[in-house]
Amino acid sequence: MLYAFLCYNNEDAVFSWSQEEDDAVMARLAKAHEPLEKAGRFGPSVRLMPTTAATTLRKDSDPPLVIDGPYAETKEQLLGFYVIDCADLEDALSVAREFAKANPGGAYEVRPLRLFAPGTLKAENLAEPATAK
Amino acid sequence: MSELAWIDAAMTAARPQAVGALLRYFRDLDLAEEAFQDACLRALRSWPQKGPPRDPAAWLIMVGRNAAIDQVRRRRRQEALPEEDQISDLDDVEAPLAERLDGADYRDDVLRLLFICCHPDLPATQQIALALRIVSGLSVKQIARAFLVGEAAMEQRITRAKAKVAGAGVPFEAPGPVERAERLSAVAAMIYLVFNEGYSAGAAEQDDRSALPIEAMRLARLLLRLFPAEPEIMGLLALMLLQQSRAAARFDADGDIVLLEDQNRAHWDRRMIVEGLALIDKAIRHRRRGPYQIQAAIAALHARALRPEDTDWAQIDALYAALEQLEPSPVVTLNRAVAVSKVKGPEAALAMVEPLANRLGGYFYFFGLKGALLAQLGRTAEARAAYDQAISLATTPAQAAHIRQHLDRLAADARS
Repeated sequence: MLYAFLCYNNEDAVFSWSQEEDDAVMARLAKAHEPLEKAGRFGPSVRLMPTTAATTLRKDSDPPLVIDGPYAETKEQLLGFYVIDCADLEDALSVAREFAKANPGGAYEVRPLRLFAPGTLKAENLAEPATAK
Repeated sequence: MSELAWIDAAMTAARPQAVGALLRYFRDLDLAEEAFQDACLRALRSWPQKGPPRDPAAWLIMVGRNAAIDQVRRRRRQEALPEEDQISDLDDVEAPLAERLDGADYRDDVLRLLFICCHPDLPATQQIALALRIVSGLSVKQIARAFLVGEAAMEQRITRAKAKVAGAGVPFEAPGPVERAERLSAVAAMIYLVFNEGYSAGAAEQDDRSALPIEAMRLARLLLRLFPAEPEIMGLLALMLLQQSRAAARFDADGDIVLLEDQNRAHWDRRMIVEGLALIDKAIRHRRRGPYQIQAAIAALHARALRPEDTDWAQIDALYAALEQLEPSPVVTLNRAVAVSKVKGPEAALAMVEPLANRLGGYFYFFGLKGALLAQLGRTAEARAAYDQAISLATTPAQAAHIRQHLDRLAADARS
């Protein structure tokens, strides 16, 4: 079954990391991703810009209201996500435990996917190439 | 990341909010800082054993507050202490913490903490030093190194700045909308000072000062999270991101300045550029232009140009014209002249620059640009004189070295 791993963390803390600390976390995560990549279980992964770059369109008013900032004001913010093929919840949680060792602090919300559409996006067509690893 | 590094990052991140809240409780900067220190020491003992708390800032505020109250009570037995009402909220120590940390308080706490560093009587360098010490929590040693002065001298400078701030009285009442906007713009200016103190340093000082732009961007991001709909704060953060994106390309191996048009654009940090561009996009929607947004838009035009010859100089000229209107200054006109020289040629630019001589007679960049324009027009002797004056006004070895290159080129051209 496909699972989404929603990565929550305190963004003040994450964006206080020095470049070296950030690089070290990313390097450890890359190692944790490796077996999943080799097994062909590793789907799209995304690292988001800070919530200061977010804009929210509220659909509950007509016309919709555009608000600066993220949808939810929380202590920990959604900073990225993965899509990974896991056998079952236990398997998914053991993947999350491995990731947590590489990237401490915050939380992974593990949630099964109801629909997965890979889309038509082609990396070579991007106006601004994605820079996150 | 080691456990200690994680705890350190969490404490650094929590610091502005925690010290800001403690300052509101105790209305005394020294006491607030001591309380925070105390809480950090306890955190170092407790967090590795019990695991990090879910909300580190709330934990540090509560523990710091209780520790300081104990101390105040202990001292009170020995000496006459400030009246009870000077220590606000003493009676609701037990109040649920969640309530105390509501967004509105938090916002004004952090803004107040930043704002007290912007006291108009403090010279820029003291504002920066104070902010780095109080808000960012850099050590006196780190700050002294960034300013290339001794630790004792910096300690004294910070103590004096603190005394001035305390004497001036800290504004504790919640600000009204107009006052809040004024505080925001003072704080934005101070943050940009912090940035420039690091950014304008030469290559040799980059090691000591590289922390300052990073710290300034962190403070701006914090401010923007607290005031998410302020286009000028978006503009400020975008401006700093776009300037800092060039950090790796700004100096050559010898530590000499590399001009924008000569920089290796492959070394520009794309991550910072795309975040800066995203913020400008957001800011423009508000249709309330301001100086930071315009400067960010100018920086964005450079960032978007893959090669120097792709730069949209006409648009840059128009943006500088808008900036001149908003904040007339000879330095802005000088910058605009660079764009004009690309669009209309050196003659038009020189005509724009020459009337500034009175006001910019002591300014390195004035003579640098004048020399370059005269050289382009083939007026070699005058160009040399302008370059000589630029060298005499250079404030860093890198600046002087850069002008010397131009003089060498003039001499070589004359020989050939």
